[in-house]
Amino acid sequence: MIPAPFDYHAPASLADAIGLLQLHGDDAKVLSGGQSLLPLLKLRLASAVHLVDIGRIPGLEYLKEEGGYLKIGGRTRESVLERSDLIKTKYPILHDTAIVIADPLVRNRATVGGNLAHADPANDHPATMLALGAEVIATGRNGERTIAINRFFTGLFATALEPGEILTEIRIPIPPPRSGGAYVKLERKVGDFATAAAAAQLTLGANGAIERAGIGLTSAGPTPIKAVDAERFLIGTTPDRETIAEAARLAARAASPSPDRRGSVEYKREMARVLTARALTKAVERARGN
Amino acid sequence: MSKHNIRVTINGALHEAQVDSRLLLVHFLRDQLGLTGTHIGCDTTHCGACTVVVDLEPVKSCTMLAVQADGSAIITVEGLERDGQLHPLQEGFWHEHGLQCGFCTPGMLMTAYGLLGRTATPSEPEIRHAISGNLCRCTGYVNIVKSIQYAAARPR
Repeated sequence: MIPAPFDYHAPASLADAIGLLQLHGDDAKVLSGGQSLLPLLKLRLASAVHLVDIGRIPGLEYLKEEGGYLKIGGRTRESVLERSDLIKTKYPILHDTAIVIADPLVRNRATVGGNLAHADPANDHPATMLALGAEVIATGRNGERTIAINRFFTGLFATALEPGEILTEIRIPIPPPRSGGAYVKLERKVGDFATAAAAAQLTLGANGAIERAGIGLTSAGPTPIKAVDAERFLIGTTPDRETIAEAARLAARAASPSPDRRGSVEYKREMARVLTARALTKAVERARGN
Repeated sequence: MSKHNIRVTINGALHEAQVDSRLLLVHFLRDQLGLTGTHIGCDTTHCGACTVVVDLEPVKSCTMLAVQADGSAIITVEGLERDGQLHPLQEGFWHEHGLQCGFCTPGMLMTAYGLLGRTATPSEPEIRHAISGNLCRCTGYVNIVKSIQYAAARPR
């Protein structure tokens, strides 16, 4: 399959890329790793008159802790996340996520920023970032602005990014001691989108009660879902089987999945419940180990 | 549609070409350079038959534009053999019966090449994880894993 014709641009700087996006408006699309966009262009489910490849712009791929945040460059490939010792040891929820995105070959090109900016509710990073309370840095003509992740996903494949803005960084608050998180995904086979998946990130107080809870759901509606009722319920509780079961029930109630070959609405909602319970259980274990 | 001049090193030889913006890397390799060892399987980023190594990383060449490869070093299955000597991976696939119909083999070989470049002696789970994006419709995975282990145990 061959994409419909387009003009390709490979700007060498962020300013040039933003200029091109402004010049071409809706006719332009940002090409990052291309692992979602190129298949869509080949299948002709998407079209672009201009592709602006941000792959030649230096300085957009990094992982670093700075100023109280883990900062992930927008063009950081999933394989970099997957192989990072910092991520493996300190942010296991991100390692859990990276290793189940598509397959290892795709992860050698797919980027974290692309996974978020594409805003497919079946993508894996959105739920994780919702659980972690991340922020997204959008860079445009007037410089940078910060968008809270819970305001980033505005609809199916739609985000709060303005035309002419590029997602340049993801910022995750460095979790305090006694924090832990996990991402658990049900997929039919490697490379498939999630039938259902849940991300959970918790911080426990010195007395063992939950101080902060973040829960995100994948493939659970037209946008990635933040399970706020479940999060609220957990605050102040000491996590055990019963509280986790109740939180998982509340999370599943926030899910409004659509039926497809992966399952019915009822099945997917039930899987959201089961996977939320598993993610919470693992998150508690990891938080107690920290 | 824009046209672009690209310079790519393929199996050690420099190639300069003019390509259409929408030309996929796999078509550049097969149709423009005649390197038909790289296969097109599903053409939808699932099967991995089109895997080539770009700047040491195995990637699906059906999901990359030729123009994105400008300036990179690519290794295809044709680049494995040296002076009539099979690469240890090719030898492994031969000795351990790592192929049946052979369609997935170039992709399996290049994924394994990328793995061994990063991890000299991968464990069996590491091998299975690495090839999880390559489909073998003959389901010959057991022997494919053995073939890669064969190569990993030999000097390269």
